[in-house]
Amino acid sequence: MQITVDGTEHELDVESGMPLLWVLRDELGIKGVKYGCGVAACGACTVHIDGEAVRSCQVAAGDVWGPVTTIEGLGSPEALHAVQAAWIEHQVAQCGYCQSGQIMQAAALLAETPAPTDEDIDFAMDGNLCRCGTYPRIRAAVKTAAKTLQEG
Amino acid sequence: MGRARTIARRTFLIGSAAIAGGVAFGVWRYKTPYANPLEPGLAEGEAALTPYVKIDAQGVTLITPRADKGQGAYQVQAALIAEELDVDIAEIKADPGPPSAAYWNGALSEEIAEFSVPAGGAMRQVAETGVSAMSKFIGLQITGGSTTVPDAWDKLRAAGASARETLKQAAAEEWGLAASELKTENGRVIAPDGRERAYTELAPRVAGMEPVQDVALRPPEAWRYIGKPMQRLDIARKSTGTMTYGIDVEVEGMVHAAVLLNPAQGGVLRSYDSSEAEAMRGVTGVVPVTGGVAVIADNTWRAFQGADAIEAEWGAAQMPETMEGHWQILSESFTAEAQDSQPRDDGDVEAALSGGDPVEAEYRAPYLAHAPLEPINAIVRINEDGTVDVWTGTQIPRFVQNNVGAIAGIDASDVRVHAQMIGGSFGHRLEDEVVKHAAEIAVQMKGTPVKLTYKREMDMTHDFPRQIAMARARGTVRDGHVESYDLGIAMPSVTVSQMGRQGLSVPGPDSQIVAGAWEQPFAIPNHRVTGYRAEGLAPISSWRSVGASSNGFFYNAGLDELIEAAGADPMEERLRLVSDPLARAVLEAVAEMSGWEGAKMGEGKGRGVALTRSFGVYCAEVIEVSDTEDGIMIDKVHVAAEVGRVVDPVNFENQVAGGVVFGLGHAMNCEITYEGGAAQQENFYSYEGMRLRQCPQIMVRGLENGDAVRGIGEPPVPPAAPALAGAIFAATGQRLRQMPFNKFVDFA
Ligand code: FES
Ligand code: FES
Repeated sequence: MQITVDGTEHELDVESGMPLLWVLRDELGIKGVKYGCGVAACGACTVHIDGEAVRSCQVAAGDVWGPVTTIEGLGSPEALHAVQAAWIEHQVAQCGYCQSGQIMQAAALLAETPAPTDEDIDFAMDGNLCRCGTYPRIRAAVKTAAKTLQEG
Repeated sequence: MGRARTIARRTFLIGSAAIAGGVAFGVWRYKTPYANPLEPGLAEGEAALTPYVKIDAQGVTLITPRADKGQGAYQVQAALIAEELDVDIAEIKADPGPPSAAYWNGALSEEIAEFSVPAGGAMRQVAETGVSAMSKFIGLQITGGSTTVPDAWDKLRAAGASARETLKQAAAEEWGLAASELKTENGRVIAPDGRERAYTELAPRVAGMEPVQDVALRPPEAWRYIGKPMQRLDIARKSTGTMTYGIDVEVEGMVHAAVLLNPAQGGVLRSYDSSEAEAMRGVTGVVPVTGGVAVIADNTWRAFQGADAIEAEWGAAQMPETMEGHWQILSESFTAEAQDSQPRDDGDVEAALSGGDPVEAEYRAPYLAHAPLEPINAIVRINEDGTVDVWTGTQIPRFVQNNVGAIAGIDASDVRVHAQMIGGSFGHRLEDEVVKHAAEIAVQMKGTPVKLTYKREMDMTHDFPRQIAMARARGTVRDGHVESYDLGIAMPSVTVSQMGRQGLSVPGPDSQIVAGAWEQPFAIPNHRVTGYRAEGLAPISSWRSVGASSNGFFYNAGLDELIEAAGADPMEERLRLVSDPLARAVLEAVAEMSGWEGAKMGEGKGRGVALTRSFGVYCAEVIEVSDTEDGIMIDKVHVAAEVGRVVDPVNFENQVAGGVVFGLGHAMNCEITYEGGAAQQENFYSYEGMRLRQCPQIMVRGLENGDAVRGIGEPPVPPAAPALAGAIFAATGQRLRQMPFNKFVDFA
């Protein structure tokens, strides 16, 4: 089985039913992708497949239909994606554990809806649980990122 | 200022100690039984230094004994040191250091002492010393109770100041100048002629010097970090997926484990059939552990799958079969025999109640899971040389050492705990079940590091939840005012439950049963608060704001009903009754922020107010709601808190808003219920907390009128639920007396 993650192709020998989340974390060592619930109820495991935000805990390894981008491929501390830069500017994170998923969800939203309304943001981000309650800053950071991306 | 006075005021001295290639500065204590944890070579009692700053060739390292589980504890501690030491905060490395009794948490025991003897004076002092001594004895290196900031406030700044002056002294001797001629900047000592010496170069020389004592701390005007917005050191990593949490740690040769635990909390394992699991790909072993079965595999998911495939016979839990049974125990606990404490009894409550027509109401608060987003996990390796390594995020490293030591049959001091970043706690990491389970597995496979990750379902159903609690309020009104208020609260003892799991017995009343109720700043002429201890319920643990998380609701909700009976305004009557100027300022702040003009805000709109003193902090909230077609919508929350000093305004605002979200989300949407001893909520679809769509606008103000510096992790939680209940009453006329509120109203 072959999958492409963050621009690198990988040959895998795993059960086709193993969730992508665990392929990424345990087989490929990409720990930026987080496990929170395993049942599509928290969004911590969000990655992009072909640019679309998906819950990697719900995608079987055998069903991955396109190139995967994780938080580690979106940008790095040295080369931040605009959403990551906005997250840092607003100092969104508390424990930070949900933020990989929040950022991936927000990046996909902005790719599709460059100038989201408050309702758009609420709707797109509602599946991403933050137990620390950083929601006000998530909203603000999404708006800042939208601005940067539009100006950029 | 003379030395003796300085010592008396601060009760500590700064010491220093040579370490490999450098020097460590910290708090010197007389007669402390604890050895300096950075100098394991020294005999017990010989060194008495609690190290905070380490300077060696590698740079300046801050030893931060308090765990960081998302509340920015590392950042605050770094800021306090950097403020006096004159180093760039971005250049400081943080190191949680080895677990050690020398890092005992003084502020936490003060909190306990306050309850033990509420009267001031000599008795109180005796009690404080006693409790402090006990806390020190058991070496409570605990992060909790919002104690990080108060505990660190003086000690870290003093350590930084003393280190700076000693470094100057060292440079002065080298250059033949007076220390007073030198200045410091960004980790260097600078002479008037421009010559420079880096701290790291001076460190070996400083190691042999007496540290300079009694350095006056910088006045607030001179502060460079404290009170200014800071860029948290961990933010970039937490925004790029490059922060390593406990769950991400990998150790050479590690295997993965998962557990299937008896669904009935605390029940035993009778027998199991693992044939199906053992035939699964990647599964390499199955072993019994306390209360369940562990499956060992070559990756986390395979271990989870294996655990799910186990068939087992289980023993029963020690708690009532149904929730009715739980509530019945609470209901039957309001008796003289079950009375735990009555720390407040002002005026003559009985006379007032019999002289009037009492208003009465009963309130309920459910069990709640901590459910931080990172499921609990630990790696344990039993080494061939008889030592043990543990990698885990914990708030109780000393207990972890003891418990793992006992399981491995070795001395606690031979257990090394490598503290990891924690993906949220809310009190969850004050327990160490996952570490004990990992150790039980690891002893059966010596030499192999075993990483145990709890599946979310195990984490949630086997949490030790927030206490279930019930309250009964009675009171009378006269001439438009509250005349008497009698509040009885029944709950199990969280302290006994929690400390009991660590093998400690805690005699005497439990302050948490009445916390957030007895010490409220209202001068109601006839006022009584009584705590009752309920027995035979589910085992529980500290949950963000502990006793006050339920009692803040009970106290304010009961008060609101009396105020309504008096025909008074919830804000005005609180302002009339408030007895402490610091609390008054907090109430006035939220009144002003919200433009309070009565609880009713027009058709279908209303606001509520609550004030709770918890962990020494007054925190008031005004909440505004609308009753919409889709249900109740929370529009705005105004919060003010008196914390003495806001160390980092950016983090402060985030912590307060997060506390409000936490308090509201659980009050609205969450409960853990047990059937046959098994928790019915297994994952976030049935235990959601708050999601983004429900999150209101939150306005935060920190007040700095008091002297004491206080933490803010917990105090915003207790007033959230009652302020919301008050707002819903104002908007709809419906009184909510039981959480979660979504059992009675719909939320948009
Ligand atoms: S882990 Fe995939 S949604 Fe929670
Ligand atoms: S920052 Fe902790 S869960 Fe979101």
